[in-house]
Amino acid sequence: MPSLLVKGGRVIDPAQELDQVSDVLLEDGRVSRIAPGLQAPGIPILDASGLVVSPGLIDIHVHLREPGREDEETIQSGSEAAAVGGFTSICCMPNTSPVNDNPAVTSFILKEAERLALTRVFPIGAISVGSAGERLAEIGEMVNAGAIGISDDGKGVMDGQLMRRALEYSLPFKIPVIEHCEDLNLSAHGCMNEGYQSTVLGLKGMSRTAEDAMAARDIMLAEVTGAHIHIAHLSTRGAADLVRQGKSKGIHVTCEVCPHHFTLSDAACRDYDTNTKMSPPLRTEDDIEALLEAIVDGTVDCIVTDHAPHNPNEKMLEFDQAPFGIIGLETALGLVLTRLYHPGLISLRRVVELMSTQPAQLINQPLGHLKAGSAADLTLFDPDAEWVYDLGQTRSKSRNSPFHGTALKGRVAATIVAGKVVYRCPEYFEG
Amino acid sequence: MSPEAIASKSGASTPPTSRGGPVSFNAKHLLGIEQLSVDQIQLILETAKSLREISTRPIKKVPTLRGKTVINLFFEASTRTRTSFEIAAKRLSADAINISTSSSSIVKGETLVDTARNLEAMAPDVIVIRHSSAGAPHQLAGSCTACIVNAGDGAHEHPTQALLDALTILDHKPALKGLRVAIIGDIAHSRVARSNCLLLGKMGAGVTVCGPPTLLPVGFERMGSEHGSLTVTDRMDEALEGADVVMMLRIQMERQREAFFPSVREYFRYYGLTARRMRSAKPDAIIMHPGPINRGVEIASEVADGPYSVILGQVASGVAIRMAVLYLVIGGRDQPLRDPEG
Amino acid sequence: MMIDLMGPIEKEELMSSDQIERTIRRLAREILDHNRGQHGLALVGIRRRGVPLAERLAGALWEIQAVKVPVGHLDINLYRDDLSSVATQPIVQSSEIDFPLSRKIVVLVDDVLFTGRTVRAAMDALVDYGRPKAIQLCVLIDRGHRELPIQAHFVGKTVETDAVEMVEVRLREIDRREGVLLVEPAS
Repeated sequence: MPSLLVKGGRVIDPAQELDQVSDVLLEDGRVSRIAPGLQAPGIPILDASGLVVSPGLIDIHVHLREPGREDEETIQSGSEAAAVGGFTSICCMPNTSPVNDNPAVTSFILKEAERLALTRVFPIGAISVGSAGERLAEIGEMVNAGAIGISDDGKGVMDGQLMRRALEYSLPFKIPVIEHCEDLNLSAHGCMNEGYQSTVLGLKGMSRTAEDAMAARDIMLAEVTGAHIHIAHLSTRGAADLVRQGKSKGIHVTCEVCPHHFTLSDAACRDYDTNTKMSPPLRTEDDIEALLEAIVDGTVDCIVTDHAPHNPNEKMLEFDQAPFGIIGLETALGLVLTRLYHPGLISLRRVVELMSTQPAQLINQPLGHLKAGSAADLTLFDPDAEWVYDLGQTRSKSRNSPFHGTALKGRVAATIVAGKVVYRCPEYFEG
Repeated sequence: MSPEAIASKSGASTPPTSRGGPVSFNAKHLLGIEQLSVDQIQLILETAKSLREISTRPIKKVPTLRGKTVINLFFEASTRTRTSFEIAAKRLSADAINISTSSSSIVKGETLVDTARNLEAMAPDVIVIRHSSAGAPHQLAGSCTACIVNAGDGAHEHPTQALLDALTILDHKPALKGLRVAIIGDIAHSRVARSNCLLLGKMGAGVTVCGPPTLLPVGFERMGSEHGSLTVTDRMDEALEGADVVMMLRIQMERQREAFFPSVREYFRYYGLTARRMRSAKPDAIIMHPGPINRGVEIASEVADGPYSVILGQVASGVAIRMAVLYLVIGGRDQPLRDPEG
Repeated sequence: MMIDLMGPIEKEELMSSDQIERTIRRLAREILDHNRGQHGLALVGIRRRGVPLAERLAGALWEIQAVKVPVGHLDINLYRDDLSSVATQPIVQSSEIDFPLSRKIVVLVDDVLFTGRTVRAAMDALVDYGRPKAIQLCVLIDRGHRELPIQAHFVGKTVETDAVEMVEVRLREIDRREGVLLVEPAS
């Protein structure tokens, strides 16, 4: 296992209340010491001066499309895009083809990741067989094979009784039940947020109530069962209020927010650009304000990308027929720093909590910190570097992002997984 | 005086606008009323008035667009709109080619952009597109060199319908400004309602839209209210009160299946236009309908066939408007060419 | 002479208001002489300035010989051959010819005869309305530089011009002043 001395960076590790310029010695894939002025003869040095050194970023909500749609993304290409984005761990959703609803698919993903991925990959199993929302998948078998949570992401679990059973059943496994909150009857085959913009554009709207109503139901079910409900890609003021209330009542509810949901509003759909179509959809300015409040006051537990690659041919369809979703691994940290840190809404420490410390806790993995002996997963970034996102350079196999050409402030310099540098930005490191 | 001189001398022709100098269309596409200025709307209406006379001649054809190709690309069946565009193209001597394809690209396995690129190979000057997906003409405009004319996209816009409605209203009323227009029916799914609200709003008319609350979309009161006024109501008598123009929208039977209202009978009771209800409108109010009409669903036969119905006039205005639009988009360009005598 | 630094330079007045009036009366007489013994005379003015000229000619014909001649208005924009090359798209106005043209002797009236293309377009337009017995052409000014084999039967005044110069006919019905000017475009 490789060893490395990361010198002179500003080390931020909320788990140890650490925020100081320091050296980090990585030996045999583990963190061995953090202190200023470390000497380690014979061990290669990575100069991190001027950079922030944080525990590796963790994205608990991505779609890797393998098995089934390797034309859109593979475990390998997705992990490469993740590494470029500063992520050292990613959790992949089960809506592949076949669906990850049994231990064979879970094992396949882990084996492929072991062989080809640049980052750690944690599979999320399906709640129901085929994510069809009818009967429970073999949750225990999948956990045994390595799944770290369950979800029918892509759609909501419409049957309340099935959701209750899933929550109850998850208890002994201590895994989060991750819900894509969308009452499909209420969202009514919409393709963007329901509101003035959908009215003007003549597109079918998805009401915010579709998200709020299911979030309310799930939080109540979590209260009844005592299980851990995690609200995926929360996008509305209503759902944010519900999570806040739930937390204050001591219910085990957590939630995540995507950068696009606090960056763009539904006005971005005005040109019928299918790269502004995702589910949940871009909401209103009022929802953006509510998400920012929820991030600041701690209601939001983590930032995720909901990285959803799609073949360009499918995104060239009519707006109402194009698939939902955008890629986001490479722009996430830049958007978080640009939209949250630089305007002064949150500190760098909070950025690290939202993107590393807390997601690690959520999926019950011993990651997200730099304590001695922990995995040597590190992200080095320059919070003040200004750059422009160029889809031409993306490592993802897909190109569906609305952020092409967007100016961002805050850039990943290097990504280290188990002591090995898996990505270095040429702007900072030669070769 | 030579044509060149006419073209190069400002003030040589009567400007069709009250705001001073002559306007030129200067737009390559007609995607919606939303993108049109008041001057551009005036120009289309004035040009259509001039062109209307052609359809009354023994030889109903002028050579203006000889050698130009107009493709009518219809992804949604619509005999009347397609025929209207076809006649308009032919009266201007353009070659009109109709391509009707009922299936969307997702069914065909060919994207809209692919379809467009295939058509481009035939070098059309104008593509008239009707599509069940909102925004399809906008996407086409982004990937084609031809002029794109929106002949109705999903529940978004139907600009030539709003223009022909305006032309029809002007046959009966002196001006659009200050008129009270009631638009009644399935507002939520209606591109006709959207385009009319935008146009009438821009031209300074006061519009009231009316329908059951299930068919009134969120935030509709903000549509086209920049210049005129727009009110939304679920009470038909309120909408009709003092109206100069009553526009009825077609109710699609599938809306009943989708539970927007319980039954046709009940719909007609509350939102059907009858002679008795018309008494709330002004005595000289005209009645319009984009067709095809559902007798006894949204409009009673006594009203549809009555003296104030101008429904057939709308059809005649359609050809003139579409001739004007074809003429103007082909001649319109974003950048004026060199001035031949300047 | 007035010099406007921004606009075209007026070089010469070719006709005064009085001269225009006298010319119209002369042209009316020539039309009558030429068509002596013929019935069914009609005047069609080409928009814009051919229209008031045709109306005045009709008035002169009435005064001279109490002949009542119908007057039509023709917009030739739909018949132009240069639609795809002109800078500003011409605004189409309606044509008003509310009498049948067949078996009529139609005198087309325009202000200036230059390349001949307007007249070509006007003849194409006329035949779409019917089949006149004959078409004759009457212009106030013939300034030369023909691009088509077209000649006028009745000419108010023939003027030698450079191709870059412009002849501006101003009529009180349309313009504030009346007169015919030779104008050179600002360089």
